[in-house]
Amino acid sequence: MGLANLSFLYKTLVLEHAKSPHHYEANLPTNGHQVTLHNPTCGDTINVSLQIKDGYLNDLCFNGSGCTISQASASMMTDTLDGKSADDAQKLIQGFLNLCMGKPISDELKQGLRDAAVMGTVAEFPARIKCATLAWHAVQDILNQQK
Amino acid sequence: MIDIKQVRADFPILNQQVNGEKLVYFDNAATSQTPLPVLNTICQYYLKENANVHRGVHTLAERATEHYERVRQQVADFIHAASSNEIIFTRSTTESLNDIARGLGDNILQPGDEIVISIMEHHSNLVPWQELAARTGAKLKYIELDNHQELDLNSATEQITPKTKIVAVTAASNVLGTINPIKQIVQLAHHAHAWVVVDAAQYVGHHVVDVQDWDADFVAFSGHKMLGPTGIGVLYGKQDLLNIMHPVQFGGEMIEDVTRQRTTFKKSPLGFEAGTPNISGAVGLGAAIDYLNKVGIKNIEKREQSLANYLLPHLQKIDHLTLYGPQDHHTGVFAFNLDGLHPHDVATGLDLEGVAVRAGHHCAQPLMHTLGVTATARASLAFYNTKEECDQFIQSLVAVKEFFSNGLG
Repeated sequence: MGLANLSFLYKTLVLEHAKSPHHYEANLPTNGHQVTLHNPTCGDTINVSLQIKDGYLNDLCFNGSGCTISQASASMMTDTLDGKSADDAQKLIQGFLNLCMGKPISDELKQGLRDAAVMGTVAEFPARIKCATLAWHAVQDILNQQK
Repeated sequence: MIDIKQVRADFPILNQQVNGEKLVYFDNAATSQTPLPVLNTICQYYLKENANVHRGVHTLAERATEHYERVRQQVADFIHAASSNEIIFTRSTTESLNDIARGLGDNILQPGDEIVISIMEHHSNLVPWQELAARTGAKLKYIELDNHQELDLNSATEQITPKTKIVAVTAASNVLGTINPIKQIVQLAHHAHAWVVVDAAQYVGHHVVDVQDWDADFVAFSGHKMLGPTGIGVLYGKQDLLNIMHPVQFGGEMIEDVTRQRTTFKKSPLGFEAGTPNISGAVGLGAAIDYLNKVGIKNIEKREQSLANYLLPHLQKIDHLTLYGPQDHHTGVFAFNLDGLHPHDVATGLDLEGVAVRAGHHCAQPLMHTLGVTATARASLAFYNTKEECDQFIQSLVAVKEFFSNGLG
């Protein structure tokens, strides 16, 4: 039965994050770093905002419209990266991107990703990798602009 | 009557399992599948005739040129053009439309002139006009939808004015499941002395095309949506308009005479086909036309309409499903959303059930915006689909909906 595989991608944890996303703000603060990214295949948009103080990421939040995968992944991303140093955040983002591409990552990184580690199954659904990685790319863009 | 068993045997790709389930290919508006006779013709071309066209004097070059030009005549006959000189081979519908915008639009439009398109246009029949307007200072205007989400002829009457120089509309929507009244739009446009460009990408191969009956000035379509290969498209233009249209690509084949500082160009069609064309693509397109004619366009139209009429009420019966476009009739294109569910999630669920549908904005973002959504799922039928596949699609859709609404189970 094909749908049995659906719960492989849409694990309970993913559905929970999508249903009640963490750090979702209808109005993002205007005094932070902000970036908007589009998923051109579906027209979805994600806005991510964060503060960088003394090299640490704070007040990570997001809004936008998207599918279950992109909303859940954004929610997990805010949990994972909030409070991290810019360097650690870069490492975690790269680890997450590798995980989604089906590349092996260290147990330490996997632990650091927290809930987001379950998104690794998206590697089996190549058409959905973009949905999972969009929010993470947004933070990566902000951090790269700071260099 | 169509012998569906024979037809299905001509499309071996349909006979396979995807994700452990029987494939139901309902993404025909994105691209149609290619039957064996088309594949064999392309193969035979490479085995026996391959050479460059309009260049050599050797026998293979003669064969290739003869075949390429024979297809041009076939295309002319297929769409009822007055002459094969009015048929230009391009890469795609998109390239055909860009050629018109660049080759004609840039030379005739003045600041303040108007280009009128409809709000349901695919980006390929929208962005080239938007860019043309930006280059020339012309104004881009839109024909809106009526209450049934069909093209509003009253709006067309309002939008097309004596300032309008170009009217560009699709013959069949790739989202709404509608067919547009091309003849009436042409009359409105010609009355205002505007030229009409018809995007027939979703129409050709499903209905009889008669460009002279439409009285369209330009018509664009692609091979891959009518059983042909990808990378071959057609631009039809009335001869007198092609005479004033400029080429937008320059180089091999399209020249008459080249000196150090100046070049003169061939007339249509070769003057618009710079570089070695997609010869095998044209050969495949010819075989696709043969196949469509053998099955019969009228038979295809009838079968697709009967499948669409079967599917429509079944879709509408599903709770919390919004179907876009008119509710009482539909072509084989069904764009829909399930309340609270993103179309990407729906499409992934259906894919695991073996059902291939499209999810996204269908290259029609201004239309999506007008409909109040960012994206939809879309099932689109072809004559080689079956009622059993419609049943499978509906059953899978209901199962996917239940999976997500039971959500955390």
